[in-house]
Amino acid sequence: MKQFSMRFVGSVAGALALVASLAVAAVGTASTETAAAPAVKPPNVPNAKALKAKYGGSSLTFLGDGPVGKSHTRDKLLVAKFSADTGIKVKLVPHPADSSASYSQLARTFSGKSSAFDVVMLDVVWPGAFAQYLVNLKPALAREARAHSQGIIRNNTIGGKLVAMPWFGDFGILYYRTDLLRKYGYSSPPKTWAQLGTMAKKIQDGEQASNPNFYGFVYQGNAYEGLTCDALEWLASSGGGRFVDNGKASINNPRAIAMMNLQRSWVGTITPRGVTTYQEGEADSAFGAGNAAFMRNWPYAYAKSQTGPVKGKFDVTVLPRTGSNPSVGTVGGWQLGVSTFSKNREAAIELVRYLTSAPVEKFNAIYNSNVPTIPAVARDAAVRKVNPWLKPEIANVTRVTRPTILGTRYAQGSQIIYQGLNQILNGQDAKNVLPGIEQRLNRLLPR
Amino acid sequence: MSAIQSTTERRPRPPKRRSTRLQRRQTRLAWLMLSPALVLVALVALYPLGQTIYDSFTNRQFLEGIEPTEFVGLQNYRDLLDDTIFRDSVFVTVKFTAITVAFELVLGLIIALAVNSGFKGRGVMRAMMLVPWAIPTVVAAQMWKWMYDDVFGVINDGLLRLHLVDEPVAWISQSSTALASVAAVDIWKTTPFVALLLLAGLQVIPNELYEAADVDGTSKWRQFWKITLPLLMPAILVTLIFRTLDALRVFDVFYVFFGSRLDTQTMAIYTQNTIVATGDVGYGAAVSVAIFLIIGMFVVIYTTFVRVQEQ
Repeated sequence: MKQFSMRFVGSVAGALALVASLAVAAVGTASTETAAAPAVKPPNVPNAKALKAKYGGSSLTFLGDGPVGKSHTRDKLLVAKFSADTGIKVKLVPHPADSSASYSQLARTFSGKSSAFDVVMLDVVWPGAFAQYLVNLKPALAREARAHSQGIIRNNTIGGKLVAMPWFGDFGILYYRTDLLRKYGYSSPPKTWAQLGTMAKKIQDGEQASNPNFYGFVYQGNAYEGLTCDALEWLASSGGGRFVDNGKASINNPRAIAMMNLQRSWVGTITPRGVTTYQEGEADSAFGAGNAAFMRNWPYAYAKSQTGPVKGKFDVTVLPRTGSNPSVGTVGGWQLGVSTFSKNREAAIELVRYLTSAPVEKFNAIYNSNVPTIPAVARDAAVRKVNPWLKPEIANVTRVTRPTILGTRYAQGSQIIYQGLNQILNGQDAKNVLPGIEQRLNRLLPR
Repeated sequence: MSAIQSTTERRPRPPKRRSTRLQRRQTRLAWLMLSPALVLVALVALYPLGQTIYDSFTNRQFLEGIEPTEFVGLQNYRDLLDDTIFRDSVFVTVKFTAITVAFELVLGLIIALAVNSGFKGRGVMRAMMLVPWAIPTVVAAQMWKWMYDDVFGVINDGLLRLHLVDEPVAWISQSSTALASVAAVDIWKTTPFVALLLLAGLQVIPNELYEAADVDGTSKWRQFWKITLPLLMPAILVTLIFRTLDALRVFDVFYVFFGSRLDTQTMAIYTQNTIVATGDVGYGAAVSVAIFLIIGMFVVIYTTFVRVQEQ
């Protein structure tokens, strides 16, 4: 028995070492970040000398962007520059790529009154929920705020307090392969969802002969916040409403049912069957590797796709619509706020001041195709040149907002929406699912 | 085992005696020595449990200041009765538990018997079989998720090459194969643990019994049913309790595989979604209490079974 146990322990240790190396290998391959040489450099910190004298040597933690596309490398470059110029040490922590998980992370941090993060990144629909845990930036940054788009400033002002500064905007756009459209005899991208369906089918049928992994259309179909955004575009561009209209849930209507059932019929035919588990990263990997004809995504994927096999073979346009309804794009976008539990508030505000300044927004737009929230930056010729989606035909698309009327109950409401719609994509009839979503949404709405 | 049994067996109660001073002093000492452990248990188990039960009667929210916390009586429990999503999650969890525990027990027993039979290189075998169990669940789950992928997954690739399927199967995405896929991962991962527990049980069965059976000319098959299985019963029961309770609380594999997808939501995922993701602590607490009772039910069934076995 003793001999057994000794040998046993020895071989277990060996096995554990093997496992550890496996785990490391797995983590190594999990990173999909593309480390392309940056064409632009992060701008200097303007008031660096004064900041160094005042806060040099202090340290901050910045809960920044997730490892999707080049977003995390963008943060790394900016933070390194800020630290080098000011002597303020900044620890960068990426938030989860799934923004629903990111919301939970912040909720946990704040409800635990944790000072773990000084500067945090907030989705455009969160300021209401987290306002009480965020420092009022108005006294320090009122002048800077005037340069930003005033709609976002209003969104970020809760009870008279400016709880977050706009960092970059977002809206859904359609990516398409110009080379394949030409190859299959199409002169322009699809204007309607029906056209997208036909074109995707034809291209997929042709391409699958040589590439079995090729599909017509990819998007964000997983049960998470991204599906709420994608589906809002499907419905609003087809006369199916915006989930909640005039203070009442409106998702259960014939046009919404028709649109959701159309999307369901596409799963596994012009999209990979697994699209119901896709988030942004899976979609941009498929498109970026040349395995998809069309993709719905945010503008960040434009810069990311410039580094792979589809470089120079794709373009972007507004999302399709149905009938005479307008094309739309869901309003996304990220803000920077300072936690009230921060032990280093003033230095944290300075980091926000730098990151949301016009030169940094210009850097973000060129390096990572992030939508500027400062109109002057969006008009900048250098920015326009590398971001064709900033031209008015695309950038002026009708913007639709997720139902922020849900206020502090937004996360709950969005979950009801994306869980239900994901069930439809996985095969259930929209007719049977939408009434339940509508009823549960109505219970959350202020009466 | 027999030593333990003789102390726990109920004997006719001896005539009541007044305890001696020595006995009383020893009792006091015992309580004194136990008190740190009791305080610790109270802090890490009883206090959270009490807090959860208390919260389940309120409308408490995760983020303070959203709305004032108030007593809502039995409202959360009344809502729970009509909650089809919760009902589905219980169903999914119980189904998952039944499948995985059954497979793990049978496979674990086969592996344990094989390793116990004493063949060459069984030391290496014993270590190798623990590999799946030693990989962190989240890492293993992510690895399997990629292997199952319908576009680039190695499982579909293999099946296509062997002409077992005509086109890639979306194992995780489609409802019909989702639960089986996730159960397979759990079985792969936990069978070694079951095998190890059963192996420990096998090793305390005295060899003389088998020698005697051999002398009597009993077949190996009969030896298994008449000697091995009855004597292994205590180990099997312990294993069943461990595995059932673990499977009923399953979270990590499902979280990695499905996120918050509805048709594959387990009880634990539903609680996490309710409390953390959407911040409804009061209702989430009621769900937790319900899960506590469901798991408690299984414990009662098993322990009753153990008691019957012992008598």
